[in-house]
Amino acid sequence: MEDIIISVAQRTLIAGTPLLLGTIGEVICERSGILNLGVEGVMAIGAVTAFIVTFVTGNPWFGLLAAIVASAAISFIHAFVSISLQASQVVSGLALTMLGLGISGLVGKPFIGKPLTQKMGTWPIPVLADIPIIGPIFFNHGPFFYMAILLAVAAWFTLEYTRLGIKIRSAGENPRATEAQGINIYRIRYWCVIVGGAFSGLAGAHLSTSYSKSWIEGMTAGRGWIVIALTIFALWNPLRAIIGAFLFGGIFVLQYLLQPLGIPPNFLAMLPYISTLLILFIGALWDSRKLNAPAMLAEPYRRGDR
Amino acid sequence: MLKIKVTDRIDILPRHSFLSLVFSLAAGLLAISLIFLFSGVNPLYAIAKIFSGSFGSMYGLKETVTKAIPLILIAGGLTLAFRAKFWNIGAESQLLMGAIFGTWVGLNWGPHLPAAIIVPLMFLAGFIGGALWGLIPAILKIKFSINEVISTLMMNYICNEFMTLLIVGPWRGKTKFGFPYTDDLPLSAILSLIPGSRIHYATLLVAVVTVIMLGIAVYKTRFGYEVRVIGENPDAAKYSGIDFFKTTLIIMAISGGAAGLAGIGEVAGIHHYLSYPESISSGYGYTAIIVAWLAKLNPFYVILSAFFFAGILVGGDAIQISLGLPAATVQIFNGTLLVFLIMGDFFLKNQLTFQWRPKRN
Repeated sequence: MEDIIISVAQRTLIAGTPLLLGTIGEVICERSGILNLGVEGVMAIGAVTAFIVTFVTGNPWFGLLAAIVASAAISFIHAFVSISLQASQVVSGLALTMLGLGISGLVGKPFIGKPLTQKMGTWPIPVLADIPIIGPIFFNHGPFFYMAILLAVAAWFTLEYTRLGIKIRSAGENPRATEAQGINIYRIRYWCVIVGGAFSGLAGAHLSTSYSKSWIEGMTAGRGWIVIALTIFALWNPLRAIIGAFLFGGIFVLQYLLQPLGIPPNFLAMLPYISTLLILFIGALWDSRKLNAPAMLAEPYRRGDR
Repeated sequence: MLKIKVTDRIDILPRHSFLSLVFSLAAGLLAISLIFLFSGVNPLYAIAKIFSGSFGSMYGLKETVTKAIPLILIAGGLTLAFRAKFWNIGAESQLLMGAIFGTWVGLNWGPHLPAAIIVPLMFLAGFIGGALWGLIPAILKIKFSINEVISTLMMNYICNEFMTLLIVGPWRGKTKFGFPYTDDLPLSAILSLIPGSRIHYATLLVAVVTVIMLGIAVYKTRFGYEVRVIGENPDAAKYSGIDFFKTTLIIMAISGGAAGLAGIGEVAGIHHYLSYPESISSGYGYTAIIVAWLAKLNPFYVILSAFFFAGILVGGDAIQISLGLPAATVQIFNGTLLVFLIMGDFFLKNQLTFQWRPKRN
């Protein structure tokens, strides 16, 4: 019984890791006022890049770096179109998703079904990993898990307590007043979109090089969209994102737990998506007045407009 | 240093719109060529193959018209939703729900009824299926302010699994040797084709009539005016007494219903039974988003832009076979063209003036 609990909890945290990474990125991006619906596509780009580079070089760290660069680069398109050209962020984000899924399908095709032999392994944390039950659940993971937690805390601290964080938040709340303070809104927003994209890339890298160690077309399976829902659920707070992401990690694991009970697998596969709707629904019921969404989210901003 | 000044373009002439469209498409094709080049595919060969595969032969043309049918219907409905800034990304599953509802009617009532009765009933059921599935995100948005992009997308995933659940489970056909398909529709429920093609002309007719009616509704009726006001200025809409909830419900019933018509058309015209969702719809619901955008949300233009994108779908199939490219290649076309179309809108709406100022030392 103890083994089962440990393994379920461990797998929950692993399944939640890419969701957490993606959500942190989207929180940063949306806090600056830009809605990025391209997460699904950017994640796919990250996943395919990480896989190919790891496969070719034999070093998963190179794969991770390449994923960050590639996903930041493709996010630049969204930044340019939605910030410089003030286009509809919804349409631009959708285009980015199509583009990302398309390109990842094209360049990844020769690598479908090839297994990855190199992996990052687990990094047990000395002393802590030896605590019974808690040790193996929380302190015996691959680097992605620790990275996600540390980045969530770092992003929260930056957004809430640093000058940079204030600049980002005010870019999302009142760009005109912010610009009057001599702060370059475009530069802030560009960086937030690009850094947010890099986080999605990290999430993708985790999927293809650590979570499943293989590449298949469409392996992101809607996680990018779940990330966007989690951003709302987390009320744009990276710490709350930790809770949301691992809750959803649990739902992904629940699918496999319930399968032996004779519930049709297609029904179980609906669970994460139904839960997403449910979570938005509950969120709407309890918090609709103080949702605290960035005031200028998804509103194009043009310099010098009055 | 070079200074770029952006000002609103005051007089947008048809000539400007046309030029921005041509330039966007040309620039988009150039960008697609670059992507192909970097992926080790000869871009000239691939693009030539796509357009010759779709528009270059009689067979290709017939297939293009066949695939334009669902696109016309879905994109027509989407123009309405997008005008009201209701971002319905769920047409894919509204199509599938239409297919499910319509097929149920066809399978259960078809054997006892003549074609003249069962076919309209199936289309009605298809419309209702798509409309009901489309109403859910509308209610969620207006009553619970749940973002419709996420809800419609989640419903796509849910419907995919639901449909698979049906065909592997209770709806699996007795005549299909255990394959996950429903039984064939009875003969009276199957649409006839233009000989030598797969063009189910009944659906084509429904599609053309639908977009013409939508065009009239958008430009000539009070309802069309309300849709525009809701999209452009929701606050004004509230003060001028437009019933937000009711209008959004109607918009999504029509948008979802049109996709549902496309769904039952595909089943009754081409497949004749339900199978996996991916084979009933090859992403029509997503492609239609760009069809609607290319048509500048004008229902009349949808016919032309659906024909163009149907060509890309058919050509995409052709290069999958001849170049061994994955199905996702079409997504590259869609994504890139969409990016360039919205870029084109910027240059259409704004005037750029370049000023060269020598640097002061």
